[in-house]
Amino acid sequence: MSAQKPFIDIRHAKKSFGTLEVLKDISLQVDRGQIVAIIGPSGSGKSTLLRAINDLDPLTGGEIWLEDKQINMDLPHRQYERHINEVRQEIGMVFQHFNLFPHLKVRENVTLAPKMLKGLTDAEANALAEEQLTKVGMIERIDYYPSQLSGGQKQRVAIARALAMKPKVMLFDEATSALDPELVEEVNLVMKQLAEEHMTMIIVTHEMGFAESVCDRVLFMDQGVVVEEGPPEVIFRNPKSERTQNFLRKHLAGQKA
Amino acid sequence: MDYALMQRVFPFFLEAAWITILLSVLTAILGLICAMLGTAARLSRFRVLRFLGAAYVSVFRGTPALIQLFILYFGGPQIGIQLDAFEAGVIGLGVNVGAYMTETMRGAIISVDKGQGEAARTLGMSKWQAMRNVILPQAMRLMIRPLGVNLNTLIKSTALVAAISVVELTYTAQRYIGSTYKPFEMFLIAGLLYMIIIYVVGLAVTWADRKARLN
Repeated sequence: MSAQKPFIDIRHAKKSFGTLEVLKDISLQVDRGQIVAIIGPSGSGKSTLLRAINDLDPLTGGEIWLEDKQINMDLPHRQYERHINEVRQEIGMVFQHFNLFPHLKVRENVTLAPKMLKGLTDAEANALAEEQLTKVGMIERIDYYPSQLSGGQKQRVAIARALAMKPKVMLFDEATSALDPELVEEVNLVMKQLAEEHMTMIIVTHEMGFAESVCDRVLFMDQGVVVEEGPPEVIFRNPKSERTQNFLRKHLAGQKA
Repeated sequence: MDYALMQRVFPFFLEAAWITILLSVLTAILGLICAMLGTAARLSRFRVLRFLGAAYVSVFRGTPALIQLFILYFGGPQIGIQLDAFEAGVIGLGVNVGAYMTETMRGAIISVDKGQGEAARTLGMSKWQAMRNVILPQAMRLMIRPLGVNLNTLIKSTALVAAISVVELTYTAQRYIGSTYKPFEMFLIAGLLYMIIIYVVGLAVTWADRKARLN
């Protein structure tokens, strides 16, 4: 794999909001099928980095590549819109607050984009929705509205909605942070299942246990830089940086309290 | 109170009430069209359009509707705009209420959770696809009640066109006062009819709002 070009290549990513530098020259390579966790205190820039990958928060400097395509290309507005809409179809995203479409049933939440963007017929889209919802264990709720679901169920539907676009990579932005503790596991299970299918994933998370058991690599970010990165057993068991040690200590103390 | 007189003139007031209703309907339609354009302008990515949208809203909300009507009807001919009183009433009030409705629509659209647009965009939808399929259907529900308030205000402001001699409810009341010297009775009938119109429209808005919330 190392001889190959990286699947996702973030080169010298920089982002500032006014005078506030949120990302200070971050580079990250992810291979196909790799699962990378990004951890760090709030305000560290980890969500911003994730949201830069599909251009929800455009970078102010640096490049992001997906395979042989540059994501944040410099194009005139119209062309860029067309380009980014195509790129985004290949990048699934799951949000902390699910962001299901409340006016649509579970089924339509999943079929809307494939029908609109890939020209699927009703029958094809329905079959696709049933397949994806079965996968996340939500097929029984296919005719429910999001408001009738628990948080964990909503998040599983949101994952199915993203998967229905057949993305090459999945981004998870604190997918379980808004959930009641007893609902976290059902979402984690779906993510583990994706891991077993070798989906390329970048996961921003506060769940160290989950990150350790699922991820190939862990990045610890603080104040807009990657402080430390490595395999989970090193980052979690044997971190070199003092900032990583402090963060993990505080975090574990917080979880016990 | 002169009940006999009230009974006698009532049919004429009813006829005038139809003019008020017609005026309200046409004005509401024009207002909605202006508001859609105004909202599109205010939410545009082009600064010039955003500025024009904002200017439209502040000019028409910042001056009395009566002055706007007078400028259009009395001042219009001076700059080559020749309208009869009814046309001037519809256009003047329609453009005026459109400014208020612009703010209603814009408010509803921007109060749809930001995550909704983001989720749509990350699936690959264009801005317009996200607006049409995800944001607008949710914004519609949010705007029914406040648009109902705009409509309520609009129906009452149709009384202003009496000042440019459109023969609607208020003008009819004034005319009968001229011949009967019974302002109390005449304005009472007019007021009652306005109230009935507004009550019915209010019921319709509540019904539409409830229906939109149900599904």
